[in-house]
Amino acid sequence: MYQIMAKKTLNKDVDLMEVKAPLVARNAKPGQFIILRVDDEGERIPLTIAGIDGDLVTIIYQKMGYSTQLLGKKSVGDFIEDFVGPLGKATHIRKKNHVIGVAGGVGSAPLLPQLKAYHDQGIKVSLILGGRTKDHLILQDEYAAFCDHIYLATDDGSVGEKGFVTDVLKKQLDSDPTIDHLIAIGPVIMMKYVTLMAKAHGVSVDVSLNPIMIDGTGMCGNCRVTIANKTYFACIDGPDFPGEEVDFDELMSRQSYYKDEEHMCFIDLDNHGR
Amino acid sequence: MAVKTQRTRMRTQDSIERQSNFLEVALGYSYDEAIAEARRCIDCKNPRCVLACPVEVNIPLFIKYLLEDALDEAFETIYKDNILPSICGRVCPQESQCEGACILGIKSTPVAIGALERFVGDYGMEKHLADTTVPELKHKKVAVIGSGPAGLANAAGLRKKGYDVTVFEALHKFGGVLQYGIPDFRLPKNIVENEVQNLKTMGVEFVKNAVIGKSLTIDQLFEMGYQSVFIGSGAGLPSGLGIPGENLSGVYFANEFLTRVNLMKSRSFPLSATPVKIGDNVAVVGGGNVAMDAARTAKRLGAKNVFIVYRRDEASLPARLEEIHHAKDEAIDFRLLRNPVEILGENRIVKQVVCEIMALGEPDDSGRRRPVGTGETVTFDIDSIIISIGQKPNPILKDNTFGLKTHSWGGIITDENHMTSIPGVFAGGDVVSGAATVILAMGTGKEAAETMHQYIQNKKT
Ligand SMILES: Cc1cc2nc3c(=O)[nH]c(=O)nc-3n(C[C@H](O)[C@H](O)[C@H](O)COP(=O)(O)OP(=O)(O)OC[C@H]3O[C@@H](n4cnc5c(N)ncnc54)[C@H](O)[C@@H]3O)c2cc1C
Ligand SMILES: Cc1cc2nc3c(=O)[nH]c(=O)nc-3n(C[C@H](O)[C@H](O)[C@H](O)COP(=O)(O)OP(=O)(O)OC[C@H]3O[C@@H](n4cnc5c(N)ncnc54)[C@H](O)[C@@H]3O)c2cc1C
Ligand code: FES
Repeated sequence: MYQIMAKKTLNKDVDLMEVKAPLVARNAKPGQFIILRVDDEGERIPLTIAGIDGDLVTIIYQKMGYSTQLLGKKSVGDFIEDFVGPLGKATHIRKKNHVIGVAGGVGSAPLLPQLKAYHDQGIKVSLILGGRTKDHLILQDEYAAFCDHIYLATDDGSVGEKGFVTDVLKKQLDSDPTIDHLIAIGPVIMMKYVTLMAKAHGVSVDVSLNPIMIDGTGMCGNCRVTIANKTYFACIDGPDFPGEEVDFDELMSRQSYYKDEEHMCFIDLDNHGR
Repeated sequence: MAVKTQRTRMRTQDSIERQSNFLEVALGYSYDEAIAEARRCIDCKNPRCVLACPVEVNIPLFIKYLLEDALDEAFETIYKDNILPSICGRVCPQESQCEGACILGIKSTPVAIGALERFVGDYGMEKHLADTTVPELKHKKVAVIGSGPAGLANAAGLRKKGYDVTVFEALHKFGGVLQYGIPDFRLPKNIVENEVQNLKTMGVEFVKNAVIGKSLTIDQLFEMGYQSVFIGSGAGLPSGLGIPGENLSGVYFANEFLTRVNLMKSRSFPLSATPVKIGDNVAVVGGGNVAMDAARTAKRLGAKNVFIVYRRDEASLPARLEEIHHAKDEAIDFRLLRNPVEILGENRIVKQVVCEIMALGEPDDSGRRRPVGTGETVTFDIDSIIISIGQKPNPILKDNTFGLKTHSWGGIITDENHMTSIPGVFAGGDVVSGAATVILAMGTGKEAAETMHQYIQNKKT
């Protein structure tokens, strides 16, 4: 059992938690993730490690469906049944000069440690952060601590540019020839379009893939993705891959295979937890 | 003594009824049935069954005790060499081991040794006969990676020698394939949990959610004071067919399918949180135990037509005979000499599988006749397809352990003492042999407990 030591609401859909998990914290590196089960009947869901502080592991999750909502019902002092990691490969820090991180929605959480890792190597980093509204742009202060520039985009124009992150990105790529690498984390469709744009500008791009996972140890094969026409298991070979080579359409299809079932699983959410 | 010619058949759950439940299919012997079957043993002078058992259980002796109504002694006789009799009695490929060697098999049917082992094992389980007494702790720590049969046997052996044993398991439940792979209708999970509980009673510590190589490295285990490490991490990495369409939605590897259903209990979805979706027409590719388990599980989830696609003939099916019979009784259709060459989809969801029709050629290295393509194909309509053609060792430990030597296919290389290329690190089970059997995994785990003990004793302190 893993105790929740701190909890913070980042916006109405997104919470942050610090969970005591020494076996995860000990070796965790940027880009890696955990898998948790909220209770003994729970499913296994993957979440990125957003930060480490001693024995504490920070996770930031969007309350999408059954399991993340169940998690959201837990409070400080409560326990999570299972919490395993660090899983996946650590981010490979490329030798670059100016890296732009592009985050969509809760993708801001997994991007943070990665972009910070580039900054820690003395590489110039900037951020493009996009979301539905002003409230959906999370972790701005944390990014501000090390980013050269932060550009914002919202669907409703409540802050920053009205439009998509790709609109902002295009302007930057057109005007700043020092940009030589992108990291895109967010909805698959966003990562796909960022990748297309990177290709068009001849800039490399890394993306973090989020297929459905079960064990996270390479045992089930549910998480397989096609990269440069070869099959990889995102949980052990990824989750980061060069965007140029990813079959995004396949990923989107595999992600949505259980769409109908996901909506059935709310049965007794209200009787669960506290 | 007159030899009864035919063996005592084990009762099974009705073949129609059981297709809609996950209760055990084979119901076991009653006392009278067990005695009747035990009487068939002619107590050979040179019992070939013992030599054919990978752990050399003294079969004639336990049968003799059974006939003398000395069930406790019968149990102890098995338990001395096999700490998992209830499990092995259910899942060992007896026809190619003990029963395959039984002299009665030449003229009649062999003694049902597996069924007798199960009977005695279950008796012992019910009466809590497993010897959980242990010597005092030596205050020397050893680490076991993986809680499958290899790890469990290793942990038991080392605890019996007084070591302070910790088992590290990546998943949230213990038992390895016994837990997430083999379905309840063949191996009820309370049996696996009972075995784990016995080890806990003996004082073995179990740590779940610990992926060695990630959460802790083997170097870190040594830094933490563990004197020796046993790797029993199994062969959990599924192999694909490498044909077009393999990543369409609705294409499962058997491990995913079985893990969803067994470990994550998706058979009771939406009362459990993990779904599984297979539709009416399900193809299962492969002919081993894993394929049989997947096919029979699909049937139980309500699939109307489940068929096995296998590239060789019936005689070459590597699954246990009993499972093949049970599968046939459950109306699983065997489409033999069919080799999948492409999976077709619509909107990225699987719709059909194209199979090449095979013919039998010359015998290959395995002694079975090699399937050769005829160039002709046949196409089957499907809603899902489950690939069950084999598993390789998981790469996590290899990739994160400096100096751990492996074969090109991923198996860990060990010497005659089960020691790997790293001094003090031993390995056994599927991670060394490649996908094999419960009894072999258990056997090497147990042997390695001996050699680890010797290693630690000889080590200068
Ligand atoms: C490596 C990785 C890192 C991730 N990091 C984060 C993160 O830091 N913060 C965050 O909010 N989300 C993250 N996700 C996504 C998160 O796992 C899903 O949002 C979550 O599983 C949804 O579960 P649910 O029951 O709440 O929603 P559901 O309604 O069940 O599902 C919503 C959607 O989430 C996806 N999903 C469902 N089950 C799984 C599963 N077992 N594994 C993966 N995806 C699933 C599906 O695409 C589905 O359509 C990550 C995913 C991966 C693979
Ligand atoms: C569906 C199915 C049906 C089968 N049917 C039969 C049968 O009828 N008869 C038979 O004899 N055999 C059968 N087998 C084969 C048999 O189950 C295996 O040979 C046996 O379980 C191997 O034992 P093991 O201890 O080596 O590994 P496993 O049982 O695979 O256990 C390995 C354990 O190690 C854990 N692990 C892996 N990596 C790590 C890590 N880095 N850190 C921590 N833990 C880790 C895994 O999660 C797993 O729990 C079947 C296999 C399957 C999949
Ligand atoms: S999540 Fe099971 S293999 Fe990757």
